[in-house]
Amino acid sequence: MKSALRSLIDESVTIIREVAAEFERPAMLFSGGKDSVVMLHLAARAFSPARVPFPMLHIDTGHNFAEVIEFRDRAVRDLDVQLIIGSVQASIDAGRIQDATGPRASRNPLQTVTLLDSIKEHKFDAVFGGARRDEERARAKERVYSHRDAFGQWDPKTQRPELWGIYNGRHKPGEHFRIFPISNWTELDIWRFVADYNIDLPSIYYAHRRQVFRRDNMWMAVSPFLKPEVGESVSEELVRFRTVGDATCTAAIESSATTIEQVIAETSVARITERGATRADDRISEAGMEDRKRTGYF
Amino acid sequence: MERLHFATVGSVDDGKSTLIGRLLYDSKSIFEDQLEHIEAVSKRRGDDYVDLSLLTDGLRAEREQGITIDVAYRYFATPKRSFIIADCPGHIQYTRNMITGASNADLAIVLVDARTGVVEQTRRHSLLVSLLGVPHLVICVNKMDLVDYDSAIFNKIREEFETFASRLDLRDVTFLPISALAGDNVVSRSANMPWFEGSTLLHHLENIYTASDDNRIDTRFPVQYVIRPQRADTPDYRGFAGRVAGGMLRVGDDIMVLPSGLTSTITGIDSPDGPVEQAEPGQAVTILLADDLSITRGDMLCRPNNRPRTSQELEAMLCWMDDAAPLQLDKIYTVKHTTKLARGKVSNVLYRLDISNLHRESDIKELKFNEIGRVTLHTTSPLFFDDYHQNRTTGSFILVDESSGQTVAAGMLLSPRS
Ligand SMILES: Nc1nc2c(ncn2[C@@H]2O[C@H](COP(=O)(O)OP(=O)(O)O)[C@@H](O)[C@H]2O)c(=O)[nH]1
Ligand SMILES: [Mg+2]
Repeated sequence: MKSALRSLIDESVTIIREVAAEFERPAMLFSGGKDSVVMLHLAARAFSPARVPFPMLHIDTGHNFAEVIEFRDRAVRDLDVQLIIGSVQASIDAGRIQDATGPRASRNPLQTVTLLDSIKEHKFDAVFGGARRDEERARAKERVYSHRDAFGQWDPKTQRPELWGIYNGRHKPGEHFRIFPISNWTELDIWRFVADYNIDLPSIYYAHRRQVFRRDNMWMAVSPFLKPEVGESVSEELVRFRTVGDATCTAAIESSATTIEQVIAETSVARITERGATRADDRISEAGMEDRKRTGYF
Repeated sequence: MERLHFATVGSVDDGKSTLIGRLLYDSKSIFEDQLEHIEAVSKRRGDDYVDLSLLTDGLRAEREQGITIDVAYRYFATPKRSFIIADCPGHIQYTRNMITGASNADLAIVLVDARTGVVEQTRRHSLLVSLLGVPHLVICVNKMDLVDYDSAIFNKIREEFETFASRLDLRDVTFLPISALAGDNVVSRSANMPWFEGSTLLHHLENIYTASDDNRIDTRFPVQYVIRPQRADTPDYRGFAGRVAGGMLRVGDDIMVLPSGLTSTITGIDSPDGPVEQAEPGQAVTILLADDLSITRGDMLCRPNNRPRTSQELEAMLCWMDDAAPLQLDKIYTVKHTTKLARGKVSNVLYRLDISNLHRESDIKELKFNEIGRVTLHTTSPLFFDDYHQNRTTGSFILVDESSGQTVAAGMLLSPRS
């Protein structure tokens, strides 16, 4: 009998191949985070023994965890894929956007402009994203093939019907699709895949000692891009990351899980969602993600 | 056990979203931060109790209007099984989103309000579930708490439904009296309804047997993508990637390629895990053949002695889903069927189904938004297909409007009426 993970892999591989067959210039968002790592490995398996027939695209805020960038470069080398970097810093230097300033500044929202500029520059017509529907309530509503108009906008009210396994990627010049091949995976499925296929991840997903401080009830990591404010005291804690994003808005959780099996055990009994535990950006408003997605965010 | 994909359908306010909230809540699948969030929203709005439908109604417009507009997908697991839930909208103008949620489902839960019984949307959704060939159906008579948990009311609704459903093609139907709000018979047995001897909803979902729902007889493999590595270490590799749509493929099997009719033998099957000896329905694999045949996307592999039907003139049940324009006879649309792309036009509407009484209305020249009819479709090239009842993959297609790019219809291919 097929396992649940087995059918998820089959579904994702099928979606990835479908896009490679039907679109002219696909690209896959790749940040070095666990979801994008799993998605890249699925792509590698979808086309094996051939190379993955499209490039990876990293939208780089410049505010990264060093371990993740090092991992990113190693992963694309090992899997023999091309990496294109869209730099938020370059968008700032070119005057496309203004850098975020102030004590709680984050470049996270700025990524949308760089992402849409990169899509335009390279004429991508399909961009794979590693978003999962279990992550967030607006994502839970999104199609696998998600249409973006000429401004990169998502309109949740006019989503196309998506029946059976038949996907409709028809679009006008200048429009594009976001494709979510791991829509139906949960956080636990991701970790089971990592375990079963022995997938290498950035070290910060496993417990390690790190300089952190408390902010909004979360452990934020001290970095060149994020410093404690007056009254926020720094301590060294045993932590790991459940998600990896921009260093200014991704929090760590207290954890002693140093192996995949320990992470799975911890994830199985987690009482707080992945984003709820770790993402400052989702706490902005009740519809934070929906609003960002509407303007072209991941 | 394999994951169960189920959809909740039924009329607005019959309790679909609340039921999902209840299932998630009682199976301890709701996270603390999600609960805190919906508690805070409910409190701010001045609700008397926590509104569990907020768990799935995730869009701003849905929360503002208090209705479900689009399908929400939720995931949960018990020690026995994992589940994908598609919470479908009940309003008639969002029927296409309901179809989206139900098209892939193994099972549909139809909610019926105990106070109103079977209403038009119950009939419409049950008809759609039957047309979509969803193999298992559970009729939940909900809000039993508002009718004093009266068995007579449950039995009356059951009879009402059975009378209507006798004319539908439903294979496996189960009836449950529940209260999604109070939790009766959802995860735990109800003390309020000792007269009911069946199992709880969760128990039913955990134990229903779905492995026999796939067609494992008729081998169908739509070619999706040709893998040619052009690498020094694999100079001669030419594999045909796709997802098995029916039957089994085994190394050593003789196969036939459509449309060419050429035959060959399977010499290897590569899966995402490496080489395998056989592949079953749903598996994504790459097929290697003994002969160097010209095969492209849109072709289909089958067994020489068990071929799909091949035709350019087809009969189908068509659900029209475009709110911008009705189906126009003889207008050319793009037809997407398995991995094949063709163009086609509807030459004739044989009849339109009146949803409320299943009457067939003839002399129809168009299908409007949300209407369903039996049509004749002509395609520019032959499709390789099976009757939808035999195979949900090779029996289904969509129509795309060539100027707007919208998906305007969902079609289910049927054997011509004798
Ligand atoms: N008394 C009672 N009310 C219910 C029950 N189930 C749902 N409701 C209420 O019915 C209304 C509509 O429920 P909702 O889940 O949004 O319905 P949907 O439109 O089918 O998703 C809400 O006010 C619910 O609280 C039930 O079992 N008993
Ligand atoms: Mg609802």
